[in-house]
Amino acid sequence: METQAPIAIDIKGLKKSFDNGKSFVLKGMDLEIPKGMITVIIGFSGTGKSVLLKHILGLHQPTDGSIHVLGRELKNMNREEIIALRKKMGVLFQHAALFDDMTVLENACFPLKEHRPDLSKKQREDMAFHKLKISGLDPEHYSKMPSELSGGMKKRVGLARALALDPDILLYDEPTTGLDPILTEMVDDLINRTHRSHEGSTSVVVSHDLHAAFRIGDNIVMLDKGKVLFQGTPDDFLNAELDLVKRFVDKGMGRKK
Amino acid sequence: MNNTLIENVDLKPSWFAMRVQLIKVWVYKNFCVLGDIIFFLKKSIQLFFTKPSRFPDFIQQLEFIGNKSVLIILLTGSFTGLALSYQIYMGFKLVNATNLVGPTVALGIFKELAPVLTGLIVAARAGGAMAAQLGTMRVSEQIDALEVMGVDPVQYLVSPRVVAAFIAMPMLCAIFDFIAIYSAEILCVNVLNLDAAIFWDKINLWLKPRSVAEGLIKSAFFGLNFAIISTHAGFYARGGARGVGRATNKGVVNSMVMIIILNFFISNIIRVYFSVVD
Repeated sequence: METQAPIAIDIKGLKKSFDNGKSFVLKGMDLEIPKGMITVIIGFSGTGKSVLLKHILGLHQPTDGSIHVLGRELKNMNREEIIALRKKMGVLFQHAALFDDMTVLENACFPLKEHRPDLSKKQREDMAFHKLKISGLDPEHYSKMPSELSGGMKKRVGLARALALDPDILLYDEPTTGLDPILTEMVDDLINRTHRSHEGSTSVVVSHDLHAAFRIGDNIVMLDKGKVLFQGTPDDFLNAELDLVKRFVDKGMGRKK
Repeated sequence: MNNTLIENVDLKPSWFAMRVQLIKVWVYKNFCVLGDIIFFLKKSIQLFFTKPSRFPDFIQQLEFIGNKSVLIILLTGSFTGLALSYQIYMGFKLVNATNLVGPTVALGIFKELAPVLTGLIVAARAGGAMAAQLGTMRVSEQIDALEVMGVDPVQYLVSPRVVAAFIAMPMLCAIFDFIAIYSAEILCVNVLNLDAAIFWDKINLWLKPRSVAEGLIKSAFFGLNFAIISTHAGFYARGGARGVGRATNKGVVNSMVMIIILNFFISNIIRVYFSVVD
């Protein structure tokens, strides 16, 4: 896809090995993620989707290659710069990763408590209330512990926490894994709504759910064996001539050959 | 001819050589882990003194490690004092030296038993909890979540625990000392009919402040030891529920073994230090 939009995340020649170069999970990946769009990264299991996401977040160091996020190369950043960059990124983890010793409201307040000490407790709580409301969680659940919530509710709290600092980039790691079809659709709508309500924000969704990719994606990236196999619009993806893409579409959309 | 010679050489390593190789690998691996733990300790202490302040978390940990261990320390301390004084009384009675029961019990408790037993008990209680909590946070991606929110997980999770254990342990050890020696006195005076004045007088004569200090210093290092080993085990846990179990087991067992080993070395270092000062 010829992308005219400015680039939020630029990855060049990214390689990652966890066994000192004996084998590579990412094998020289080149990828540009445009600003202001929802990019869905799909692929079969074990193709390096989550490893790629962890590189974007700076949780893994590349074996080779470079990653530029919002114009800055991650490799050359010191601790303070990494922290400053991470404040501009929000992440919704696969299982929400809520802090289990905090209530829902405390979870949603946590990033504000850490990074906005200038705000009073009341102001922080008001902001967290607002984010939880945007995420569609009823106030009756705000004082509950994460263990008392359903899977869908946890995702909503995770999203409210990810949105707390109004990030420029939102990353979703398999947001609908393990959810029933109705909840899956609800989470997809939530991602869509959240993206549209945060003007100029960039969303990256890692998923293997093709239905979700078509529902929410402006840009679809398919990975295979540690490399980008395809990048384009949902329509381009449907009409792609690549054999593996066709197979993925057939299986993913439940289409008979 | 040369080929025949080569064919006759047995290239399979001997049983002994294989065992030596395995031991070498084991030693190398454990030295690497030890080095990693030392860097982890250095980082956690450095980060405790950098902003943002983790003082509220430190107080919370002090309460968890210190306050919540008091009851178990009182219980074990009192029974240790009772058992030790009874055994020493029975032995000293044979040689008519029962007036030395007090100082012998006191020296044993203040210098060795209090710091070691406090260390072992608190390592099992608080160290196990630390490894399990951090391990669960690791496998459920909570530590990753902290990191991506721009919060240093070592500073947030490890530093307050390590510093709190270092501060809380001497206090717990002092409580152990106090309850153990009073339990010993109650048994010796009220049940074994020793003279209370002689009991305390002999303790005053033989027990020097430095003996008390030695125990307290040792316990502070034991606190540092179990906190860093347990948090390190939990922090790098992997592999779901089984991984958390393994990390907890590793944290507690290694902490306890290291307390016994460190006890020997720290005792000698302190003894050498005091003799140099003298």
